[in-house]
Amino acid sequence: MKDRERMEDRTRMRLVVVGHGPTAHRLIETLDARGFDGTVTVFGEEPRPAYDRVALTSYLSGKSVEDLTYPAPDGVTLRTGVRVTAIDRVNRAVTTDAGDSEPYDVLVLATGSAPFVPPVPGRDLPGCFVYRTIDDLDAIRDASRDARAGVVIGGGLLGLEAADALRGLGLETHVIEMSGWLMPRQVDEGGGSVLRGHIEGLGLTIHTGAGVRSIEAGPDGRVTSLVKPDGEAIDAQVVVFSAGIRPRDELARACGLEVGERGGIVVDASMRTSDERIYAIGECALAAGMVYGLVGPCNTQAEVAAERILDGPATFTGADMSTKLKLLGVEVAQFGAMSGALDVTYMDPVGGVYKRLFISDDAKTLLGGICVGDAGPYNALRPFVGKPLPGAPSDLLFAGAGKASVDLPDDAQVCSCNNVTKGRICEAIADKGLTDVQGIKDCTRAGTTCGSCVPMLKQILVKSGVDVGKALCEHFAHSRAELFDIVNVRGITTFSQLIAEHGTGRGCDICKPAVASILASLGRGHILDGEQAALQDTNDQFLANIQKNGTYSVVPRIPGGEITPDKLIVIGEVARDFGLYTKITGAQRIDLLGARVEQLPAIWRRLVDAGFESGHAYGKALRTVKSCVGSTWCRYGVQDSVGLAIALELRYRGLRSPHKLKSAVSGCARECAEARSKDFGIIATEQGWNLYVGGNGGFKPRHADLLASDLSTDDLVRTIDRFLMFYIRTADRLQRTAAWLENLDGGLDYLREVIMEDSLGICAELDAQMERHVSTYVDEWRATIEDPDKLRRFVSFVNAPGVPDPSISFETERDQIKPMLIPLEVTRR
Amino acid sequence: MTILDASPALAGHWIPVCPYTDLLPEQGAAVLVDDRQVAVFRTFDGALYALGNLDPFSGAQVMSRGIVGTRNGEPTVASPMHKQVFSLVTGVCADGSGVTVPTYAIRVTDGTVEVSVV
Ligand SMILES: Cc1cc2nc3c(=O)[nH]c(=O)nc-3n(C[C@H](O)[C@H](O)[C@H](O)COP(=O)(O)OP(=O)(O)OC[C@H]3O[C@@H](n4cnc5c(N)ncnc54)[C@H](O)[C@@H]3O)c2cc1C
Ligand code: SF4
Repeated sequence: MKDRERMEDRTRMRLVVVGHGPTAHRLIETLDARGFDGTVTVFGEEPRPAYDRVALTSYLSGKSVEDLTYPAPDGVTLRTGVRVTAIDRVNRAVTTDAGDSEPYDVLVLATGSAPFVPPVPGRDLPGCFVYRTIDDLDAIRDASRDARAGVVIGGGLLGLEAADALRGLGLETHVIEMSGWLMPRQVDEGGGSVLRGHIEGLGLTIHTGAGVRSIEAGPDGRVTSLVKPDGEAIDAQVVVFSAGIRPRDELARACGLEVGERGGIVVDASMRTSDERIYAIGECALAAGMVYGLVGPCNTQAEVAAERILDGPATFTGADMSTKLKLLGVEVAQFGAMSGALDVTYMDPVGGVYKRLFISDDAKTLLGGICVGDAGPYNALRPFVGKPLPGAPSDLLFAGAGKASVDLPDDAQVCSCNNVTKGRICEAIADKGLTDVQGIKDCTRAGTTCGSCVPMLKQILVKSGVDVGKALCEHFAHSRAELFDIVNVRGITTFSQLIAEHGTGRGCDICKPAVASILASLGRGHILDGEQAALQDTNDQFLANIQKNGTYSVVPRIPGGEITPDKLIVIGEVARDFGLYTKITGAQRIDLLGARVEQLPAIWRRLVDAGFESGHAYGKALRTVKSCVGSTWCRYGVQDSVGLAIALELRYRGLRSPHKLKSAVSGCARECAEARSKDFGIIATEQGWNLYVGGNGGFKPRHADLLASDLSTDDLVRTIDRFLMFYIRTADRLQRTAAWLENLDGGLDYLREVIMEDSLGICAELDAQMERHVSTYVDEWRATIEDPDKLRRFVSFVNAPGVPDPSISFETERDQIKPMLIPLEVTRR
Repeated sequence: MTILDASPALAGHWIPVCPYTDLLPEQGAAVLVDDRQVAVFRTFDGALYALGNLDPFSGAQVMSRGIVGTRNGEPTVASPMHKQVFSLVTGVCADGSGVTVPTYAIRVTDGTVEVSVV
């Protein structure tokens, strides 16, 4: 019977979902996207809507609950903090711990799983935790405040993640693993020993082949130590159990649905349980013979169920359990089988690299592989599992994300998080005419979860004949980043020299401003010096922003948004005397609009005399560093956000970059300055500053990512210096930091390596470049009004400098001027 | 602004506008010829061009403030307002829309730039 026919006389299907985790979220999202027209009621036991559990640990390093929470589903009744206690299959209703019941036509169980806590004495003592929810992490963080040391029981993927979290909370950390080596589900003994070397190098203590005899309490009743079977006691005030998960099948069991011998709600390929009105998806389901503990397969199950609810034909027949992750800074990856007739192994215990490929007995077919310390082969080879080897095995061990992957078969899975094949991606490229990775992400979801397949998406684009051309324009075959290097390394100082030596023709409105910006970033002269003036957009040429009627706006710098009454009065007087329109901008400063070209120098003169300077509102440069009032006035503030904002704005003022740069500083976690919508945003903490990068407001909003936490002011400034200089060096023309970061191979981790660990050895140069910028900064307005040569351009007409442009006129609206536009007549040829 | 047809009475009527050296290489300048606004440009090779100063897309008198460059070897200016590119030689917009700005004759006599709006 079809689900729709089960609705009897009602017209709208009543769908009830139990559990609101990542899998339930994907189900609801998919139903919504496909136009499901029934009612949806979701019960979630946790006190908050579904969040990204995969990214749970980032909560401890500064991500907020809102960051992790998925966008709220539309038109869904969501009841958080309510647990479903029973299913009445006869009357088709669920009852809740809130005491009510909810009828359903179709029920979906997405109850996930719970950490398994082995029955060791003392496991219920205060100080014992599991690692699964935001509430768990809050509790662990609280307990860690007064703790010296912690133990994680379980050395698998999640256990090591928890261990890293304890280490991050400042605890001396131990890991106890029953098996002979770490991560036994993903790596073999050789890989485990290399992994152990890495982790011990970070100061963690590993106990393998070990169990727990008991957990002991001190006089206060809280955990003080953990005793191993050999009698050794480990000092610990925090104990985290991470010894595997158990599907939450209790509701299903109680109402008589079939469950597996070792747990898990049994479902068929359509994700239906033994009751055809009830589906089970995600970590609570026993699908295709197993319980999947990874988001990728769970998402696929959710999509299959959604399609079935809409009467579609989808099936779930098993999923790839390949994993690639970065744990405590070490790449670990496993794909396909973990054994085979033949294998090739590379092991470098000193460098901490282990790679092993498993091959069929005829040495022709790739069966699987394990990587520790370098996951290169994972990206390149995972799609070839079960297929002929794409090269000599020993070469493949060293295949980076190399060319091997380009020749992938169409059915090869490229994005395992979202189950997207190469064929599907190629189809989307061809049908939708996609030209960039973002397009592929939007259309297919590939690359949107863990991001590890993004380099491969790029290669597929290239292979599909898409010209991901780097050429800036017809005059330069180089990308902006390449031109930056050329100008930097060869010491080029003029556009003419650059185009003569490295380009063709005489340039255009694309390459000229781009090169002008590069020259300015590298401190090669005032932007209106000599030939440079001819490179600038009109805004840079006139150091003001052009408006729709050909007049300009003037925006003086007001660092951090702090201004004295006297200066405010000057701005008012200037506006009044020149008849300008005034408006307070979103960037905490004041815009003066309606100035004619020939008025600009006189306006600047008045402003400069009163101590103002250019605010660079016209430039692809630092705009403002906004701030909240901070600890000086605000009763919540923990640091002086205004003082820092002013210091940063004065440091980076005038810095030319591929696009405009915005920043803000908030004095505490309440974030009143909206720092996370900025290219670089700073939020005060008790210990210092958290630095966020790559945020954006505007057309395509993006929350900035946490780059580093609890920095001292000096470390903060140094990190921002390098972030900005590295961006200026490598970004495309007109690419904001948000898009730059999203396209950066290796993303945030790579950025951290480059600017905080100096993996490219360029930090000294970045620092020097910023130092030069800071020490050579001059106010562009002042430099212009003091130079008669530069002033020559500021006339209405060369042959009638005293005549204002007669086409500019204003009317009055709300007591201020407003441009009057002349109707257009256009000639076409 | 109306684009006038050539008026025979003014044919060959050259109006001096400024010394050649007042024009900077690869930049434009606005000049007032009778009551008409003209954008004059000096390209890198010293050649001069004159176009109507009115940007036909925005209606503002701003063409003289655009960036001068080349497209396939032909000298161009890009409107500073919305960046449409126009040929300095023909006044035709490179976007294929057929939109055109008027072009005027321009020359240098004894170091003085002269424009004829006929
Ligand atoms: C720290 C950590 C790191 C991880 N890292 C990765 C990773 O890198 N890669 C990867 O693929 N996977 C990872 N995972 C696994 C991944 O998070 C899970 O696969 C995923 O959360 C499964 O989603 P789910 O919705 O099926 O279950 P869950 O996330 O468990 O959600 C189920 C929800 O249902 C609620 N619920 C249960 N019973 C009831 C009831 N009776 N009434 C109401 N609500 C109920 C639960 O409280 C829970 O909120 C990680 C997990 C953790 C904990
Ligand atoms: S962010 Fe914090 S310090 Fe700043 S104004 Fe808001 S509450 Fe006060």
